[in-house]
Amino acid sequence: MPTTLTIADVERIAALAQLELTGEEKELFTKQLADILHYAEQVQAIDTSGVPATAYVNISQRMEREDEPRPSLPTDEAIANAPDAAPEGGLFRVPRVIGG
Amino acid sequence: MTVLDATATSVRDDIAAGRLSAADATRAALDRIASVNGALNAFNLVDADRALGRAREIDRRRAAGDTLGPLAGVPIALKDNMDVRGMLTTASSRILRDFLPPFDATVTRRLEAAGAIIVGKTNCDEFAMGSSNENSAFGPVHNPWALDRIPGGSSGGSAAAVAARCVPLALGSDTGGSIRQPAACCGVVGLKPTYGRVSRYGLLAFASSLDQIGPFARTVADAALALSVLAGADPCDATTANEPVPDFAPALTGTVDDIRIGVPRAFVTEGVDDQVRRAYEGALDTLRGAGATLVDIDLPHAKYAVPVYYLVCTAEASSNLARYDGVKYGYRSSGANDSLKEMYSRTRDEGFGPEVKRRIMLGTYVLSAGYYDAFYLKALQVRTLLRRDYDQAFERVDVVAMPTMPTPPFRLGEKASDPLQMYLGDIFTVSANLAGLPGISIPCGFSTEGLPIGFQLMGRMFDEATLLRVADAYERATDWHMRAPAL
Repeated sequence: MPTTLTIADVERIAALAQLELTGEEKELFTKQLADILHYAEQVQAIDTSGVPATAYVNISQRMEREDEPRPSLPTDEAIANAPDAAPEGGLFRVPRVIGG
Repeated sequence: MTVLDATATSVRDDIAAGRLSAADATRAALDRIASVNGALNAFNLVDADRALGRAREIDRRRAAGDTLGPLAGVPIALKDNMDVRGMLTTASSRILRDFLPPFDATVTRRLEAAGAIIVGKTNCDEFAMGSSNENSAFGPVHNPWALDRIPGGSSGGSAAAVAARCVPLALGSDTGGSIRQPAACCGVVGLKPTYGRVSRYGLLAFASSLDQIGPFARTVADAALALSVLAGADPCDATTANEPVPDFAPALTGTVDDIRIGVPRAFVTEGVDDQVRRAYEGALDTLRGAGATLVDIDLPHAKYAVPVYYLVCTAEASSNLARYDGVKYGYRSSGANDSLKEMYSRTRDEGFGPEVKRRIMLGTYVLSAGYYDAFYLKALQVRTLLRRDYDQAFERVDVVAMPTMPTPPFRLGEKASDPLQMYLGDIFTVSANLAGLPGISIPCGFSTEGLPIGFQLMGRMFDEATLLRVADAYERATDWHMRAPAL
């Protein structure tokens, strides 16, 4: 199935990716992503029946340690880079999440 | 020869012997950066005070008779996607332009424990996504050999800084060639260690199953020295391997009589520039002349490496970059943010550059319902087939040789508007990342226009010693690495 993309597809993906694209970006990406996906379709012709997926190359080893508390980043340092923090409460501040 | 032309090894030795002070070595590096960076744009940040303070501390310790580390007093630059506490890490992105990391990367701690002097952070493609360094929010790096050419990417600033004699060593990160390809473009040595060899703690994640940190140097011996310092298991990065880390220097024997070099002739054909092919064949002849045996090998799935790579790395990137949302750190859109969701999407649209958005979009698509099996899962299965190709090859050979990139460095702007054409240039480098193998690029000639050409060797997992031995033997037989760009 050759990949085709519409502006609506690009808008749907942008919403999933939390990206507010401009009209120009939407048009450009509709063409460019279709080109790239069309090129990538060649992998679909390869016989991979019974072939396991490789997500990581060396996951056979175990990295375990005792479950003991260790020092972590102090709150004031953790929020020091926040564009909008409430240091007195040790909190990140964000716009309204729900309702109006 | 000035201190700027000296190798890291000889700078270290001169400082240890009292023939050179760490402060003078650092000042020479800082002066050189100041004189060439206007033309190169290789550095995002230089911290002279911090560097000179640490250099004087090395000099005090030497005067006091303390034992010095293996990189004591050696100036080094870090790609601007690795954390140094108190120094900005921007990833050459608008979204992180003010980010001050609260901790050191493990590589930073290891380098400074060994006495290295970090002079600054180098320019790169935004979030290490690119092959030309044109995707930086701070403008492209220029190739020291020809200022109108790309320095390669994504670690273009680190490669240019070493080639231009600003520093004898620099770190890069390599997800699909981002150390080896700029090393080839700039005529220096670039080593991507085995996946799991060097901790990524404090490296901004791009594609977690592929990312690896490694050194740029002007000699293979210096790259080996740097790897000995950088390598090793780290409790802060669960993907680091519990493999013993040898001192790599003794491996550089100059002997390759016992080495079998795999040559994938069918793969190194289409789209390879004639001058690159000649330089590659010449490098193979040199190694055969030095005693190595050439063996034809077949890598039937290598031709699929580019599509597999771009399906896998974009999927991982779309997940890793979800953290840049204007809440915990970095840029937040100053526009009307009436809701959290609106703030997220405006911040990310304004904060990310076009290539990063393109990859997030592609990765989101291939992971989305209805396309996951056909694209992402399929790519992971072909990745297994590719690994098997290499496993079979390494039953018969010790290293595999390829060009690093199919062409000499192209002109800035030449491929900037066609992302697919840019991706195709990664054909020879992405396999090492997909298979987890170590790879090195070393200078093997120049085009008729005077542009550097790189020769790539790949080795078995955790066998950097053999890789470095072969690369060093080639370097001993040639003098490409002695040439310096006229700047």
